[in-house]
Amino acid sequence: MSKRYLRVLSISLLFFPITTPLLAYEKRRGPEEVPDVPGGWDHLFNEMLIDITIVGIIFAAITIYLLIKYRQRYPGQEGSPLKLTTAAAIGWALIPAFVFMADDFYLAAEGWTLFNDYRRVPENAYEVKVEGSMWSWHFIYPEGVETFNELRVPAGTPVVVRMTSKDVIHSFFLPDFRVKEDMMPGRVTYLWFYPKDPGEHLITCAEYCGLMHSGMKGKIMAMPKDDFNNWIETEKKNSHT
Amino acid sequence: MHITYEALEHKPGLGQTLKEWIFTIDHKRIGILYLIGSMAAFAVAGLMALLIRIELSSVGPTITSNPGTYNVWLYFHGAAMILAFQIPALTGFLANYLVPLMIGAKDMAFPRLNALSLWLYWMGIIVALLTFVIPDSPDIMWTGYPPYSLKTGGNTAFYVFTVHLMGFSSIVGGINLITTILYMRAPGLTWNKLNIFVWSTLGAFILQMIFIPVLAAAVTTLLFDKYLGTHFYDPSAGGDVLLYQNLFWFYSHPAVYVILLPTIGIIFDIVATFARNRVFNYKMVVYGGIGGVVLMSGEVWIHHLFTSGMPDWIRIGMMISTLLISIPVGLLMIGLLGTLYRGAIQYTTPMLYAVGFIFLFLIGGLTGIPNAMTAIDLYIHDTHFVVAHFHYVMAVASTFAIFGSIYYLFPKMSGKMYSETLGKIGFFILFAGVNITFFTMFIIGFKGMPRRYYDYQQFAHLEGLQRIATIGAFIIGLGALVVLISWIHGLVAGKKAPDNPWGSKSIEWMTSTPPPPGNFSQIPVLSGEWHPYGYGRKE
Repeated sequence: MSKRYLRVLSISLLFFPITTPLLAYEKRRGPEEVPDVPGGWDHLFNEMLIDITIVGIIFAAITIYLLIKYRQRYPGQEGSPLKLTTAAAIGWALIPAFVFMADDFYLAAEGWTLFNDYRRVPENAYEVKVEGSMWSWHFIYPEGVETFNELRVPAGTPVVVRMTSKDVIHSFFLPDFRVKEDMMPGRVTYLWFYPKDPGEHLITCAEYCGLMHSGMKGKIMAMPKDDFNNWIETEKKNSHT
Repeated sequence: MHITYEALEHKPGLGQTLKEWIFTIDHKRIGILYLIGSMAAFAVAGLMALLIRIELSSVGPTITSNPGTYNVWLYFHGAAMILAFQIPALTGFLANYLVPLMIGAKDMAFPRLNALSLWLYWMGIIVALLTFVIPDSPDIMWTGYPPYSLKTGGNTAFYVFTVHLMGFSSIVGGINLITTILYMRAPGLTWNKLNIFVWSTLGAFILQMIFIPVLAAAVTTLLFDKYLGTHFYDPSAGGDVLLYQNLFWFYSHPAVYVILLPTIGIIFDIVATFARNRVFNYKMVVYGGIGGVVLMSGEVWIHHLFTSGMPDWIRIGMMISTLLISIPVGLLMIGLLGTLYRGAIQYTTPMLYAVGFIFLFLIGGLTGIPNAMTAIDLYIHDTHFVVAHFHYVMAVASTFAIFGSIYYLFPKMSGKMYSETLGKIGFFILFAGVNITFFTMFIIGFKGMPRRYYDYQQFAHLEGLQRIATIGAFIIGLGALVVLISWIHGLVAGKKAPDNPWGSKSIEWMTSTPPPPGNFSQIPVLSGEWHPYGYGRKE
């Protein structure tokens, strides 16, 4: 056990947590491209599911093996532990620590990349204001139109919602877009989503807000662009008269 | 003159016995009274859980048409399980009963303070139970987030007073236990010969002493806001609603480790005893595992606020620190598995609970990783996925440790042996039940259903899964019943227990069963070779 061997080992251990995050590096997107956040979420979740399943199976298999192999075979049998040398004791602490750290940093790097997509609002996003109250959502469109519990948006355009609350904390949860963010009095929070195609999506409250918390729901209606423009024009006229 | 235990023995009447128990300053009796209180809280809060599960078994109203009633059940289930069952059962009952015995002390450093902490705890339980009697029961959940807790007609004060009483109880208990561990160890009991449980209790109480005042500040300002007209959490007058969440989780995340540390500590003791083996890499477990958890517990709380509108940079920072918690916890797991290696494992009931703990904790710990990652959490935050995760890792795992340790200490506490058959039947029913209930919840959460829902019209397609979870809850109920029967059976019809039925090397088994007042007829003198885990032949 030479000193050089130890030095090589410790340096390679140190490199491990530094190098793994690089594996998470992805090519940069162009600025005009809208990232596919729900797709990214599904991809990362699956990747992590594989990660934790492998770790779980390794640990579980070792546990089951140990439990069967080292059962007491006759009354009074004692364990026969091996004595750990100091080097082995330190190794058993440091090597797993660095392996875990490497995995952590890898996941953190992947998660960070995706989180940036979540928080970086694409340019030219359609901006709608939302005010939550017990127990409904109030949407205010840039054209001055207002709706309750139904958010109509043009399909194929990213939408950013600026949120606040009139009374207590609510959470604007869009399961289909894999995103939620709390809305509260005294602060403005935001989230964005990208309805690619026309269709309906659920909005539901995810922060406990009292009696009708579970009934606080609404829907997003992504409409073809022309239909949306017609609708907003009609609404604008209606609200003026 | 040497007074023996026999000389003090007497046959008191019922009134006398009650008086002796209520005014006791003996740490063992105080521990058992903690146990009775926490098991009572467990029973009531468990009943609430069953009601919640029945309500969720079908879309729309099932057994109550009033969502408010359901919300009170939810509140009570969470608050009572954490504040009145888990923390007191681990840091009240187990720590009180075991620590002085494990370190070879006659009693705690301050026996009367110990009685005070018990009384405060019982008053806390009474105040908590009163919430069912008062007209406006609290419906604020155990987190009590403002502004809801300020706007609701429900009574916030009872919750705050419960927290105050339990908090005082913990601080008094903490002063006592830390002093006891520091100054009252038997001669020859050096730091590296302490049981893992003693170390973990020390860690848990250090956390309690540091963080409880923060929780007290949070809930007290809540009380002031609601009843005295201050504006700590009122943005229209310059307050901030997020301040409360930060203060609350600054305590309540370390509180998770206050529960985890004694849990894993007693599991180490049980595993070492029944695997007839030393604890693998003792110093790694103590300094890396327990020390690491204590050091890191205070800098991860933002993961409870990942969707609360905190700044992005701190969400990323605490994602990394949360992921790094896997290092000390992983070292603890390796310590546990290494203790099995080359052991001679006896499958008694306590050992089964310890094995169950390993698997539950593994599932719970690994499913914490998706929660720790901010981007993933933006979807699963506040869904059933989180509920399933923390039940696995904290609620069920620690309950298994508590039940296992009650079986482990049953001979020492009662002087009788329990029935292994009944104990094992109870374990297998419980293990099946918790996995059916909580694994199903992972799937429900993954499909997007938020927690704290009374009704779920918008997730009606998940009704089948909810039913499975409810069936699991009934299996858990049945298992708990079998466990209770096995304890009563052991108390009534159990055989007389020997002093050291498990052949343990640890100090608590060196005294007679049950231990006399003063614990040891002589202070145990420990040789240089003695170690609490000195099992097996060294090679």
